[in-house]
Amino acid sequence: MKGQALAIALIIASGVATFIMSVSTMQSLKLTQATFYKDYRFADVFASLKRAPEGLQTRIREIPGVDRVETRVSAAVNIDIPGFPDPVTGNIISIPDIGEPLLNKLFLREGRLTEPFRDDEVVIGEAFAGAHGFTPGDKLGVIINGRRRDLTIVGIALSPEHIYQMPPGAFFPDFERYGVMWMGRTPLATAYDMKGAFNDVTLTLSPNANVNDVIDRLDELLKPYGGLGAYSRKDQLSHRYLSEEFRQLEQMAAMFPVIFLGVAVFLLNVVISRVIHMQREEIAVLKAFGYSNFDIGMHFVKLVLMIVSAGVITGITGGVRLGQWMSNIYMEFYRFPFLKYELRPEIVVIAAFVSAAAAILGTLHSLRKAALLPPAQAMRPEPPATYRETLPERIGLKRLLSQPTRMIIRHIWRRPVKSLLSVTGIAFAFAIMMVGSFQGDALDFMVYVQFGLSQREDIAVTFVEPTSGTALYELQGLEGVEYGEVFRSVPARLRFRRRSYRTAIQGLRSGGDLQRLLDTDLKPVELPLSGIVMTDHLGEMLGVREGDLLTVEVLEGRRPVLTVPVAGLVKQYLGVSAYMDLSALNRLMHEGNAVSGVYLATDSRYLPGIFKKLKEMPRVAGTGIREKAIAKFYETMGETILIFTLINTLLAGIIAFGVVYNSARIALSERSRELASLRVLGFTRGEISYILLGELSIFTLAAVPLGFLIGRAMCAYIAANLKTDLFRVPLILESSTYAFAATVVLVSACISGLIVRRKLDRLDLVAVLKTKE
Amino acid sequence: MTDNSISNTISPGSVVFSARTVTKVYNMGEVKVHALRGVDMELYAGEMVVLLGPSGSGKSTLLNILGGLDTATSGHVTYHGRDITGAPDKELTEYRRVHVGFVFQFYNLIPSLTALENVAVVTEIAAQPMDPAEALALVGLGNRLDHFPAQLSGGEQQRVAIARAVAKNPDVLLCDEPTGALDSATGIVVLEVLERVNRELGTATVLITHNADIAEMADRVIYLSDGLISRVHRNERKKPPHELRW
Ligand SMILES: Nc1ncnc2c1ncn2[C@@H]1O[C@H](COP(=O)(O)OP(=O)(O)O)[C@@H](O)[C@H]1O
Ligand SMILES: [Mg+2]
Repeated sequence: MKGQALAIALIIASGVATFIMSVSTMQSLKLTQATFYKDYRFADVFASLKRAPEGLQTRIREIPGVDRVETRVSAAVNIDIPGFPDPVTGNIISIPDIGEPLLNKLFLREGRLTEPFRDDEVVIGEAFAGAHGFTPGDKLGVIINGRRRDLTIVGIALSPEHIYQMPPGAFFPDFERYGVMWMGRTPLATAYDMKGAFNDVTLTLSPNANVNDVIDRLDELLKPYGGLGAYSRKDQLSHRYLSEEFRQLEQMAAMFPVIFLGVAVFLLNVVISRVIHMQREEIAVLKAFGYSNFDIGMHFVKLVLMIVSAGVITGITGGVRLGQWMSNIYMEFYRFPFLKYELRPEIVVIAAFVSAAAAILGTLHSLRKAALLPPAQAMRPEPPATYRETLPERIGLKRLLSQPTRMIIRHIWRRPVKSLLSVTGIAFAFAIMMVGSFQGDALDFMVYVQFGLSQREDIAVTFVEPTSGTALYELQGLEGVEYGEVFRSVPARLRFRRRSYRTAIQGLRSGGDLQRLLDTDLKPVELPLSGIVMTDHLGEMLGVREGDLLTVEVLEGRRPVLTVPVAGLVKQYLGVSAYMDLSALNRLMHEGNAVSGVYLATDSRYLPGIFKKLKEMPRVAGTGIREKAIAKFYETMGETILIFTLINTLLAGIIAFGVVYNSARIALSERSRELASLRVLGFTRGEISYILLGELSIFTLAAVPLGFLIGRAMCAYIAANLKTDLFRVPLILESSTYAFAATVVLVSACISGLIVRRKLDRLDLVAVLKTKE
Repeated sequence: MTDNSISNTISPGSVVFSARTVTKVYNMGEVKVHALRGVDMELYAGEMVVLLGPSGSGKSTLLNILGGLDTATSGHVTYHGRDITGAPDKELTEYRRVHVGFVFQFYNLIPSLTALENVAVVTEIAAQPMDPAEALALVGLGNRLDHFPAQLSGGEQQRVAIARAVAKNPDVLLCDEPTGALDSATGIVVLEVLERVNRELGTATVLITHNADIAEMADRVIYLSDGLISRVHRNERKKPPHELRW
C-alpha cells in the first residue's frame, strides 16, 4: 500500500508539476513581457518606408488615435568583425542624439548610450554581444551605405522590439551573423543619406483607437514616400514569435496534467477498491460498533486526500522549481532584461482543488461500496471469484495453453475494463515519450524539406537594390562558385476578397536547381510561366484556390496594384512565400532584367575567399549562409529539445512505473493466495512469477500498439495546433522515436516487475494459507 | 532431494518420516512462542495417522515442517532417511512437488481454473501423475470436471483439493483440518475420500484434527499438547468414516 500510494502521489505530482510549470512559466513570461513592453514603451504600430522628410511626422501625429510618434533611421549594414570570417549583417536603428528614445526604449545591460553626435559610437544588442563576447570598448567595422566605419561599442542593450531576433528573410535566429545596433540619429542619418528625413516610424495609440484605421491612414500618408505597409504588434516579428511560444506552453499546460490526473484517478480507484475489499471485515466490525456509513466513507476520503495532498505538495514544489528554471531558459533564449517569476495563488488552488475533486470523484464508486457493505455479509468469507472461459480459449486455443497461462488470460478477461484501463495507462506513457521526441523528429524533417529539397543554395547574396541580372556572371566568376541562380524579391500585399497578407513575391527562373518548389508529396514541381504560386498555408490563410484571381499590391517602386491568377499551391513548412516566374514578375513590374540577389552553390573549401570578395562588393547588402545557420539553429534548439525529452522521459517513466507497479501490487494482493497454493503444490518461484509477471507483460505489450496510436494522435493534435505563418509542424515520427518510447516504458515496467518479483520470493506460504482470504 | 530414486519404491511398513527432537520457536517481537518443544515421531508407509490436539498445540506447525513448508528451529526431520532440515528453498520446492500432497482447511483452489484444470495444474509438473479426470473420479467428482470453484459446494471444493493432492501420486498426504470448514455430513464424505485414497493407493496420510471422533478412523493417533507429544494410541479397529458421528 505504501509503495502504491507513493507511486500514485508521484503521478499526481507529475501532473501538478507540469501544470504549475507551464502555467507559471507562461504567466511569468507574459507578465515579464507586459512589464517590459510598458516600462520600455513598446510601440503599437510599425512602418518602414523608403524616405520621407522629417516634416511628415507632424502629419502622422495628427492621425486620429495616434498618441506618440517617433521617426527613425534604420539601416541594413554589413558588419566586419576582426577574426570572424563569415559575413555578418545587421540593422542599425537610430536613437535620439540626446536623451532616450521616446518609444522602444533601450534597457542597458552594460555601458551607456551613445554620446550626443558621436559618429563613432554604437550600442549593440545583447544577443549579438553574447555570441561574440563583446564588451563595451570593443570595436567593430560597419559598412553603412558602402562605406566602412570603425565604431566603438559603448553599451550593450535590450529592446522590447527585439526580444526575439531574426535576420530578415531567415527562418532561424542567428546571433552570430546578425546583430541589432543603435546609433545617434544625426551621425546615422549623415552616413545613410537621411539627413532631415526618416525611413522608419513607430507609434503608440491612444486608448480606444482603432488600429486598422490608424494603419490605413498611415499607409495613405506614407504611400508617396515608398511606404512598405504599416503593421501592428500582432504582425511584429518578435512579438509574434513570443505569442506563438506562449500558445505552445498553453497547450502543454492543458494536455499533460489531464493525462496524469486521469491515470492517477484510475490507479486510486483500483487501489482504494482493493483496500476496501481487504478491510471489509474491519469495516463490518466498525459498523457493528455503530459507525455510520458517512464515517466509514470519510475514513477513505481522508486516505485519498492524504495521497492527493502528498502529490499536490510535491507537484507544487517541483512545478515552481521547474517553472523558474524554464522561465530562465526562455529568458535567456529570448532577450528579456529581467524575469518576473510569479505563481498566482489561484493556480495553486486550482491545481489542488481539481486534483482532489477528480480523485474523490474517481473513487466515489468504491467508497460507496464500502459504505453500503452490510456488516453481516462482510464478516463472512467471500465465495471464490467467478471466472469463465475466455474467447481465445473457446475458439480452440485452449489446448495450447498451460494451466498457468489460462490463469493469466482468465484473470485479465475477468475485469476487461480494468485491464483495458491498465493498458491505456501504460499506453499514455508511450504517448508522452513520443510527444517528447516528436518535436525533434518534426524539426529534422522541416529542415530537411526546407534546406535539403527546396532551398539548396549554399549562399544567398542580396543586393542593396534591384540590379541587372548580369550581376550573376560576376559572382559566378568567383573562385569556388560552382553555379548560380538569380532571384527577384518584391514586397507585396496579397489580397483576396476581404483577406490580405504581407509577404514577398519571389521571382525565380523556372527550371532552377537551387530553389525548387515542392508539391504535397514533396516532389519538385515546375514554376508555371504565368500566374502566382504560393505556400499552401498562405493559400489557406487567404482562402484561395488554383485559378482564383489575386490582387497584388506591390510595396516597392511605382507600387502597382495588379491582378494575378493563382497558378497553384506548393508545400512549405517554414514561412509563407509566393513565387512567380522571374520574367513574368519583371514584366509586371515594368522592369527589365532586374534581380534582387543571387543564390550560389559553392565549393565549401573556397568559402572564406568568397566571403572576402563579397564583403568588398558595395552592392552586396547581405549574405546568408545556409549551413552555418542550420548548425547554429540546431545548437540552440538541440538544448531545449534535449531538456524536453529528458523531462518527458522522466514523466513517462513515472507513469509507466506507476501503472505497472500498481497493477503488479494489486495482482499480487489479489492472487497471493493462489500463488502461495501453487508454491505449496511444488511450483518454483520462477513458475509463479510467470503467472504474475505474465499478466504485466501482456498489459505492457498490448500497450505498445495502443500507445503508438495515442502518441500519434497527440502529436497530430500538437501539429495541427502549431500551424502558423512562421512554421507548420509536420506529423513526422521516426522509428527511433517509437523504439525509444518502447524502451523507456519497457525498462520502467521491468523495474516494477523486478520489485514485485522480490516480494513474490518472500511470499510467506504458511501465513497466506492460514487466513481465510 | 534431487535424487528421485527413493520415491515410489517404498515397501509397506518402512519409515517415511521421522522427526527427532524437533522444536519450533516463533519470534513475535519481544515474546518467543514455543510452538514445538521437542517432538519425536515416525510415519510409516501406507498408514493413516491422526494428529489430535487442542487449538494452538502445534499440530499445523509440525505438519508444515514435515511437508517442507516451514523449517524447524532445532532437531532433524528425515524423509526416507534423508535429512530435509535446513534444505534450501529450491530443494524443498522439488520435495513438495514430487513427494508431498497437501490438503488444507481452506481449499485454496485456483478460482480461475476448472476442477479438471485445478488438478491438471499439478499433473502438468509432476513426475508420474495420474490422469486428472481419473483423480477427480476417485473423489467422486467425475461429473463436475468443467465446473469452476465458484460453481462447487464447499465439500466438492475440498474433494477437488484432495484430487489435486493425490493426482501427483505422492508418498504422503498431509491434511490440515480438511473438514474444519464443513458441516459433519459433508465432512464425512471428504473423510471417506481420504480413507479410500489411503486404502486404494496406499498413500501414507497425516490428518490433523481437534475432533476426537475423527481419530477413530486412524491406524494410529498421535496426541499433541502444548508443543509436545503426550500420547500415541493405536486403534485396534479402524472405523470407516460413515460410522463416525459428531
Ligand atoms: N507464524 C507464526 N508466528 C507466530 N506464532 C505462531 C505462528 N504460527 C503459529 N504460531 C503459534 O504457535 C503455536 C502453535 O500453532 P499451530 O501449530 O498453528 O497450532 P494448531 O495447529 O495446533 O492449532 C500457537 O501458539 C500459535 O499462536
Ligand atoms: Mg492448525
